[in-house]
Amino acid sequence: MALELTTHDQSMLDGGQGPSAAAAMKILVAFSNAVGANSLLDISGAHIDGCLYHGKAGLDFVERLVEGGGRVQVPTTLNVGSFDLIHPGMVKMQVAEEVPARRLMKAHLELGCQATFTCAPYQTRFRPQFGEQIAWGESNAIVFANSVIGARTNRYGDFIDLCCAMTGRAPAWGLHLSENRRGRILFELDEAAHEPNDSLFVGVGLIVGQANGDRVPVIAGLPQPRDEDQLKALGAASATTGAVALFHAVGITPEAATLDQAFQGRAPEETIRIKRADIDQALARLSAVPDGAPLAAISLGTPHFSHEEWMRLLPMLREVAPGRGIPIYVNTGRATLTRLRDEGALDGMEAFGLIPVADTCTYVTSILENLDGVVMTNSGKWAHYAPGNIGVTVAFAEMKDCIRSAAVGHVVRGAA
Amino acid sequence: MTQSLEAFERAGSFQLAGEAEGEALVFSHPLSFWGGVEAETGEIIDHSHPGLGRNVAGRILVMPSGRGSSSSSSVLAEAIRRGTAPAGILLERPDPILAVGAIVAEFLYGISMPLVVCDIAGIVSGDRVVIGVGDNGGAVVRRA
Repeated sequence: MALELTTHDQSMLDGGQGPSAAAAMKILVAFSNAVGANSLLDISGAHIDGCLYHGKAGLDFVERLVEGGGRVQVPTTLNVGSFDLIHPGMVKMQVAEEVPARRLMKAHLELGCQATFTCAPYQTRFRPQFGEQIAWGESNAIVFANSVIGARTNRYGDFIDLCCAMTGRAPAWGLHLSENRRGRILFELDEAAHEPNDSLFVGVGLIVGQANGDRVPVIAGLPQPRDEDQLKALGAASATTGAVALFHAVGITPEAATLDQAFQGRAPEETIRIKRADIDQALARLSAVPDGAPLAAISLGTPHFSHEEWMRLLPMLREVAPGRGIPIYVNTGRATLTRLRDEGALDGMEAFGLIPVADTCTYVTSILENLDGVVMTNSGKWAHYAPGNIGVTVAFAEMKDCIRSAAVGHVVRGAA
Repeated sequence: MTQSLEAFERAGSFQLAGEAEGEALVFSHPLSFWGGVEAETGEIIDHSHPGLGRNVAGRILVMPSGRGSSSSSSVLAEAIRRGTAPAGILLERPDPILAVGAIVAEFLYGISMPLVVCDIAGIVSGDRVVIGVGDNGGAVVRRA
């Protein structure tokens, strides 16, 4: 069936709202036709993953929309860029690259996007509500919004996320529609696997992503998470090893009060059991070095550290008091950082090596001073991408182990 | 592969309209532009793809579908800007990611790289393929 446009859509396409909206609508229509959508629907928000500079075409596109007088039509947050604008000088880049990369971030602001520069827009005041239709980019944000909140988005990406924001519309297809949100494949967690530390959630995420393809997974037997950050870690890991945009965890996530609800009354197409050994194996693959390897740095906060995570980290830093000058980078949203500064929570913490990073992430740009040695992280996503992106050797561990390792200068794991 | 001698003409639909002519480069496996094609040169760099080391620039790229990350839109748009993209692409099934890249490049640079959905059976690498616009605005694909 062909795509049907409303009078308003058609008027936008014909230039009634200016050349930028017309261009955005033209691209959106072609995309919608290609995915087989019959109509467009209203969205209440957008998250744009367009601020990392990958080449001239990306910048030219945003500049053209700015020149055409374009404005986003819905509240629109921005994903990380290539710079920490809060801490100038932290990112080392050649001028020829720096100028367009900075301009890319600024040009998005001129379209009316919010200067959030975070991969965790769900931690900001723009967090959507259950059932809201949104158009989000950034894989971890997408899976969090769909799974943990129950908002509705597909995996939007290059250009098209911005076209949705510029028009306030998205194709009525995929995960925007209830029937496509039903579980298709069941992951049963072995009883013996239950040890509800952060690593368990990362490990389950890695396995689900790898085995899943693009079918909606349902996880049964997952212990109640301590907080939503454990689900954030699970989702981010699953969207790292696979294309997961939505998962259900029975008895935990909002569209899966029961197994039956998660599968919308149908039977799973496939059942996969996850054993403790599978999780151990998945986690082991994140570490390239054994215990005892000399440490260069710690990197936490991928996806961006929440306020709750800071409230767990800061007492830990005071207790362990690492004093060897090993930098502990923590990526976080600028809104969270402002709140912490206002609370005085970070006072004196630099003595322990703490270096907060905002607006960007330690694996997408050159921040780390010393790559000579192992970088330790509690993030499955960082551990997966950093070796390829910035050429580091990674050891994955619980946050407590990362901090203890910083105190002794080499990798130690298995903290009590 | 030997060039087939029998001429043909078949109809298709445009995801992005335009005219092009070039030597066909046919793959039975979809190629992802992101991580698969070097935008600066047009060279295929995906080590898991049978086309590794070949070059898409100026060719009529023929494959069943697109594949992979949405970042392929950016890579295709960048390749079209640099002149390293295929002259045209024939697909069996419509692809949203490649469509976005092609439309963005036309919008920005006025370069129309036709993206056509049509039957690709019988087209082999080395064929001289012409993409034209039919009377009804649809695509006409023929072997020269």
